[in-house]
Amino acid sequence: MSTPYAKLPAWADYGLIPLINLSVAFIVAGFVVMLVGENPFRAAVILVEGAFGKGTGIAFTLFYATTFIFTGLSVAVAAHCSLFNIGTEGQAYIGGLGIALVCLSLDSVLPWWVIFPIAIVAAAAFGAAWGFIPAYLQAKRGSHIVITTIMFNFIAASVMVYLLVGPLKPAGSQAPQTRNFLSGAELPKLNWMIELFGAKIRSAPLNICFLLALVMAFLVWLLIWRTRLGYEMRTYGHSSKAARYAGISETRIIITAMMISGALAGMMALNPVMGDQHNVAIDFVSGAGFVGIAVALMGRLHPVGIVLAAILFGMLYQGGAELAFEMPAISRDMIVIIQGLVILFAGALEHMFRPYIQALFASVSPKSVGMQAVNGKGA
Amino acid sequence: MDSFNAVIQVLDSTIRLSVPLLLACLAGLYSERAGIFDIGLEGKMLVGAFAGASAAAVFHSALIGLGTAVLISVAFALVHGFASITHRGNQIVSGVAINFIAAGSTIILGQAWFSQGGRTPALQPGERFEAIIWPGADAIKDVPVIGPIYAELISGHSILVYFAFAMVPFTWWVLFRTRFGLRMRAVGENPAAVDTAGISVAWLRYRALICTGILTGVAGAYLSMVQNGGFVKDMTAGKGYIALAALIFAKWKPVNAMFACLLFGFLDAASIRLQGSPLPLVGKVPAQLMQALPYVLTVILLAGFIGKAVPPRAGGVPYVKER
Repeated sequence: MSTPYAKLPAWADYGLIPLINLSVAFIVAGFVVMLVGENPFRAAVILVEGAFGKGTGIAFTLFYATTFIFTGLSVAVAAHCSLFNIGTEGQAYIGGLGIALVCLSLDSVLPWWVIFPIAIVAAAAFGAAWGFIPAYLQAKRGSHIVITTIMFNFIAASVMVYLLVGPLKPAGSQAPQTRNFLSGAELPKLNWMIELFGAKIRSAPLNICFLLALVMAFLVWLLIWRTRLGYEMRTYGHSSKAARYAGISETRIIITAMMISGALAGMMALNPVMGDQHNVAIDFVSGAGFVGIAVALMGRLHPVGIVLAAILFGMLYQGGAELAFEMPAISRDMIVIIQGLVILFAGALEHMFRPYIQALFASVSPKSVGMQAVNGKGA
Repeated sequence: MDSFNAVIQVLDSTIRLSVPLLLACLAGLYSERAGIFDIGLEGKMLVGAFAGASAAAVFHSALIGLGTAVLISVAFALVHGFASITHRGNQIVSGVAINFIAAGSTIILGQAWFSQGGRTPALQPGERFEAIIWPGADAIKDVPVIGPIYAELISGHSILVYFAFAMVPFTWWVLFRTRFGLRMRAVGENPAAVDTAGISVAWLRYRALICTGILTGVAGAYLSMVQNGGFVKDMTAGKGYIALAALIFAKWKPVNAMFACLLFGFLDAASIRLQGSPLPLVGKVPAQLMQALPYVLTVILLAGFIGKAVPPRAGGVPYVKER
């Protein structure tokens, strides 16, 4: 996000540095595991086996990854425009409201393949609308987007709690959630895809949203690097002054970027709501919006990186569940720590190792870091 | 008389509920005035609460608990400083990271050390801060009007409550009447000018963050050792963010911060008190509306519809010496 102050070859920039940052985050996480008296290496083995060892594990990993691809893309689109959207969580929550309205009113009359596109549009529209207000306030009134999106997360939570314990709750039920959707609003599973490779799957929630997420990743790549709008967004993100001189409307670009970001966040809700639980319950987002921040930072804001980072976090979530089962001292909250460490080392401290690596590169080959060799010595 | 007592009770819980907000809000004031955005107030309060309750339970001393809370909270503040001052990282990203690390590690360590589902052992008397009864409180309790006000509102709080309210004039004095305060405000507005005067920008900002850490530590200790007799997971429950909202609402001024926190505390107390019972004139107000009100008010303020909130100019921008 900020400009690096030590130049490196591209492969080091996009491969080596993230890898080092990630390793440090995991090493620190390993110390936490040691602190609670468990063996970090055994923990890592259980984690990876839990995530990829069996067909069911893989399906769960990809199910979680689907969610994180959406939220990661959401954070990344805004970040390309130098907007820090912490509101992904709330936008996804409100996206769930859009899906609930569509599914509750149509699930008895239409088949899933008609409801699904309508639900996509509704989720995206509701998410975008929730992103629009902070964007408008940033563009027109100069209110800091980070603060307003944080506030909107809380407002979204209050709105949803109000609706789910009140109007949306079926009469006679105690649980704060909508009624279960009928089969018309249940998305088909993708388990056959993994069974093609010979793995057995018991019940896993991996569903068609995974493909939608991949399509969205491709579309985001197209948007950011192959369209005029994306170019304008990146220009604005790089230098708002340059964008203004180039005649790019600040208001339009901020609002568009945030609405796309909000729409992607809203679509995240499709995966757990229509693909798995078949209802909208309180706190169904459960922090996925914040995971999106880690995923986007780790994926260096590039869709390919985001998909990979999302699978890594899907692995952590699925493997973490197995880990909690095998090692009672470690609950799933371990992932929250890892998430925090990844955000710290891949985000806030992303340049910590850069000067050392650059020095290393410079001593081996000055040209690789853009320096002229002076009298055979690295400058 | 009944309604008078009810008002006193609501005001009393207003004070109790606004203390952690006030401490966190003043904590944020130090760092933001020095030009460091800190959305990690929540996380620092949480580790403070956990460290305080754990140390108090293990060493059977409230003071050791408070000290540990402050120490750990300052350590987290220094991590924030290391990332955002020394390495010029994104301050918001660093704050988010701290919140996550705090949320995860307090549960994991709590479970590993005490195995009570993320709780710390219930604190015994002597391990927590007791209420201080002011002289004569019992004697004049039955005097109408003044009695309840003195006995309920002024007397009968723990030392941390008085500390929090004493921090308001103290912070004002530090900020506007000391050399450190002047320099701190300057570093938040124009760090280059401070640098030109030969004063270290980094060291000044680190000191501001240490102040932040101390206050969030006390705020955490208040939550787990006064309000609640032990640590419960996620016990800050968004208070750090409300404090942030209060800070904006107060336009980064200490006395305003106190009133903003009292207002937000009052909204909280009133929503607990009402619990769905109808208000005169407006009828039944959903509890969720009352809970969302601080956030809505802050957004409206940020939008510039009630006055204008202008943050310190250099806020969020890492300082680079060479330009």
